[in-house]
Amino acid sequence: MDFNDTPKEAEFRIEVRTWLEANAPTESELRDMEPMASSKLWQKRKYDAGWACLRWPKEYGGRGASAIEQVIYSQEEAKIQTPDNVFMIGQGMCAPTMMAWATEEQKREYVPAIASGEKVWCQLFSEPAAGSDLAALTTKAERDGDDWIINGQKIWTSGAHYSDYGVIVLRTDPTVPKHKGLSYFFFDMKSEGVETRPIKQISGASNFNEVYFTNLRVPDTQRLGKVGQGWEVALTTLMNERASIGSGGGGGVNFNRLFKLAQDVNINDKPAIKNDVVREKLANWYVQESGLKFTGHRTLTALSRGELPGPENSIGKLVGAPKSQDMASFGLDLLEQSGAIWDDEYSDFRGLYQTSYMSSPAIRVAGGTDEIMANIIAERVLGLPQEVRVDKGIPFNEIPTSSSVK
Amino acid sequence: MNFEFSDEQKLLKDQASGFLKENCPLVSVRDIVDDDALSYDKTLWAKIGEMGWTSTTIPEEYGGLGCSYLELSVIAEELGRSLAPTPFSSSVYLATEAINVAGSDQQKNTWLPKLATGEIIGCVAVAEAKGQITPASLATESNGSTLSGTKIPVADGDVADFSIVFVRANIGDGASAYIVDLTQSNVERESIRTLDPSRSQAKITFTDANCELLGKEGEGWSLLQKINNTAAVLFAWEQVGGSEHCLEMAKAYALDRIAFGRPIASYQAIKHKLANVYVKNTIAKSNCYYGAWALSTNDKELPVAAASARISAIQAYYFASKENIQVHGGMGFTWEFDCQFFYRRSKQLAVNIGSELVWQDKLISAIELDRAS
Ligand SMILES: Cc1cc2nc3c(=O)[nH]c(=O)nc-3n(C[C@H](O)[C@H](O)[C@H](O)COP(=O)(O)OP(=O)(O)OC[C@H]3O[C@@H](n4cnc5c(N)ncnc54)[C@H](O)[C@@H]3O)c2cc1C
Repeated sequence: MDFNDTPKEAEFRIEVRTWLEANAPTESELRDMEPMASSKLWQKRKYDAGWACLRWPKEYGGRGASAIEQVIYSQEEAKIQTPDNVFMIGQGMCAPTMMAWATEEQKREYVPAIASGEKVWCQLFSEPAAGSDLAALTTKAERDGDDWIINGQKIWTSGAHYSDYGVIVLRTDPTVPKHKGLSYFFFDMKSEGVETRPIKQISGASNFNEVYFTNLRVPDTQRLGKVGQGWEVALTTLMNERASIGSGGGGGVNFNRLFKLAQDVNINDKPAIKNDVVREKLANWYVQESGLKFTGHRTLTALSRGELPGPENSIGKLVGAPKSQDMASFGLDLLEQSGAIWDDEYSDFRGLYQTSYMSSPAIRVAGGTDEIMANIIAERVLGLPQEVRVDKGIPFNEIPTSSSVK
Repeated sequence: MNFEFSDEQKLLKDQASGFLKENCPLVSVRDIVDDDALSYDKTLWAKIGEMGWTSTTIPEEYGGLGCSYLELSVIAEELGRSLAPTPFSSSVYLATEAINVAGSDQQKNTWLPKLATGEIIGCVAVAEAKGQITPASLATESNGSTLSGTKIPVADGDVADFSIVFVRANIGDGASAYIVDLTQSNVERESIRTLDPSRSQAKITFTDANCELLGKEGEGWSLLQKINNTAAVLFAWEQVGGSEHCLEMAKAYALDRIAFGRPIASYQAIKHKLANVYVKNTIAKSNCYYGAWALSTNDKELPVAAASARISAIQAYYFASKENIQVHGGMGFTWEFDCQFFYRRSKQLAVNIGSELVWQDKLISAIELDRAS
C-alpha cells in the first residue's frame, strides 16, 4: 500500500503540471467569450496536445493512458481555473457506449470529435412517464425501409439545446415485456423532426430540455446493438454515468471552503470554527469526504485492470449528493441573515452557497435518484432480492404506466 | 499509488480469519459473557501468542517480528470481526506501543520480549471519573518513585501484569506516565461489571505503589496522544471488522425471515437500511486504509488520518450493530441471539480511547493546525 506517487507517477504529474501551466487559457484570452466558445477552445487545445480523454485509445482521440494517469491529470487540472466542461455527457457516457457497440468505422468517424470538443452529445433517455423506471419509455421507432421513423417525447435532456448528436433509447416493440422491446440509436440533433424546448429549473437556469420528435428519420445503420437489445446498450451508458457523476464535484461547496467560512464568520463574537456544534458537523463531513476519496482510490485498482466501474460506484453519488446539499445549507446558516441574499453584487463568495443550495437537489435526482442508488447497492452489491414487481413478464402494452393511468 | 494490501498481507488476513473462525467462534465469546468469573479467553490468548500476533510490530532486537502496522491492521480487522475476548488491544495497541515509543533501552529489554510472546499482559490506566479526561482532571499523583490514586475503569486492568499509569504533573504538558507492576501488594484491584462483558474492566487503587517513569516527566500527555493516534487506527480496523460481521448477520437473517409472504430482505425499508450500513462501512474502511498507510509510514497526516478512521468507524459500528438488532426484530433483543455482543462491543470500542466527540474535536484541531502552517 502506498498513497504516494511512484517515481514514474511523480514524473507524469510534473509533465501534466508543466503543460497545464503553460497552456491553460488566460483570463484575457477568455474575456468577452461565450461560455460554450471558451469550453470548446480549451477542449481543442487539450486534444491537440494529447491531453483529452486520456484513457481512450489513441485511434479514437485519447492517449491510451492508465486509470491512475487519468486521475493524476484530473487532480492537476482541478487545481487551476479552466472553462466549464460541457462535454461530460458526450465524453463520460456517449463515447464509451459508442466504443463498446458501434462499428469500427463509426468509432473512427464520431468518437475523436467528441474528444476534441468539436461535437457535443446529449443523452435522451428519460421521458415524462419513464425516469427511474426508464424501461417504461414509450417514444417509438417504427421500421421504414432502411430507416426508422421516430415519434414521441423525451424530457430532462441536459444540453439538448446546444448538442450536435444524441443517444436515444426507443420502443421498437410494445407487445413484448418492457425491457425486451427497446432499441438504441444515435442521431443528428439538427435533423428535421427534432424540436427542443428549454425547461426552467429551480436554480433559475435552463440546462435541461423537452425534446419532441415528429417523424424523425434515423438510418438503421445508426442503431447500436440488435433490435430489442436496447436495454443492454443503455446499461453501458448508465454504468458510465454513475462513474462520472459519482466522481464529479458537488456544485462548488466542499470541506475546504466551508472550513474557511467557519473561520471567517463569528458565533458569539468568536470564530464559528471554535463552536462545538460547528466542529462536530465539519468533522463528520470531513470523514465522509475523505472516505469517499479513498473509496475512489480503492476502485482505481479495479479500474486500472480495465474493469468496468461496478455498482459499488453508486456510493459516491449516494453519499456525495446529500452531503453537498447539507453543506450548502449549513454554509447559509453560518452566513446568518446575509444567507438570504442571492445577488451578484451583495452575496458573499459570489453566491456560492446560494447557488449550491438551489442546484444541489438536482444531483440527488439526476443519473438515478438516492432511492434508486440505494436499491442498486442492496440488489447488486449485497445481493438482496428485488421488490415484488407487478410488471414482470407482461407485454408492455398491457401494464400501467404514468402515461396510461390518468 | 497503490491502494491495496500486498499479497502477503492478504494471506495473513486469510490465515487470521481461518484461525479465529476455528478458535474463536461466537459461542466462546458467549462463554466469557455468561461467566462472571472469566475475564478473557485464556486458551485463545495463549494461541494468539504462539501465532506471534502480539509481537507483530515489536522490533526484532526485542524478540518481535518487526512487521509494519499494515500487518497489525489486517489482524485487528479479523480480531474485531470475531469479537475475540482477549486483552489484545490494551496490551498490543496501547501498552506495547507506549514502551516502544517512550521506553529506555532497559525498559524495552525488560518488557518487550515478554509482551512479544504474550506471556505478560500490559494495559493503560488513564480514566478516574466520568466525563472527558484532561491533565487538569487527573488526581493520581507521583513523587517519582511511588504513586497513589484510583483509576476506573482500566480496560483489562484485572488481568494485566503491569500498567502504564498516567498521573498529574506540574510541569510540561501536565501529565507523566509511569510503569507500574500490578502484582505488587500496594496495588489493589477489582474486576467491575461492564457493558461488554467479553472485555474486562477494573478499578485499581494505588497506595504508594512502586513505579518507574516512562519517558520524561511532564511529557505524559503528549505520549498518550501519540499512542492514541496509533490505537485509533487499529481500533478502527476492529470496528470495521465488527461492522462487516453485523452486515453479514443482518443480511442472512433478512433473506431467511418471511413476513407477509416474502423475505423481509425484499422490503425496501430493509434493503435501504442495509445499503446504508454498507455505505457507512465502506466509508469507514476506506478511511482505515489511509490511516493504516499513514501509520505505517509515520506520515505527517497521521493525526488527521487517525481521527478520520476513528470517527467514521465509531459511527459505522454503532449504526451496523443497532440496525442488526432491528432487522432481527424481537429475536435481536434476546440473550440467546448474538446481536447483543456486537452492540455491546461497538460502544466499548467507541469510548475506550476517547469518544466520537473528543475525536471530532481533535480532527478539527489537527486541520486547524495544518491550515495555519
Ligand atoms: C439536473 C438533471 C439533469 C438530467 N439530465 C438528464 C439527461 O441528460 N438525460 C436524461 O435522459 N435524463 C436526465 N435527467 C433525468 C433523470 O435521470 C430522472 O429525473 C431520474 O432518473 C428520476 O426520474 P423521474 O424524474 O421520472 O422521477 P421518478 O422516477 O418519478 O421518481 C420520483 C420519486 O420516486 C422515487 N422512486 C421511483 N422509483 C422508485 C423505486 N423503485 N423505489 C423507491 N423509490 C422510487 C424516486 O426516488 C423519486 O424520489 C436529468 C435530471 C435532472 C434533475
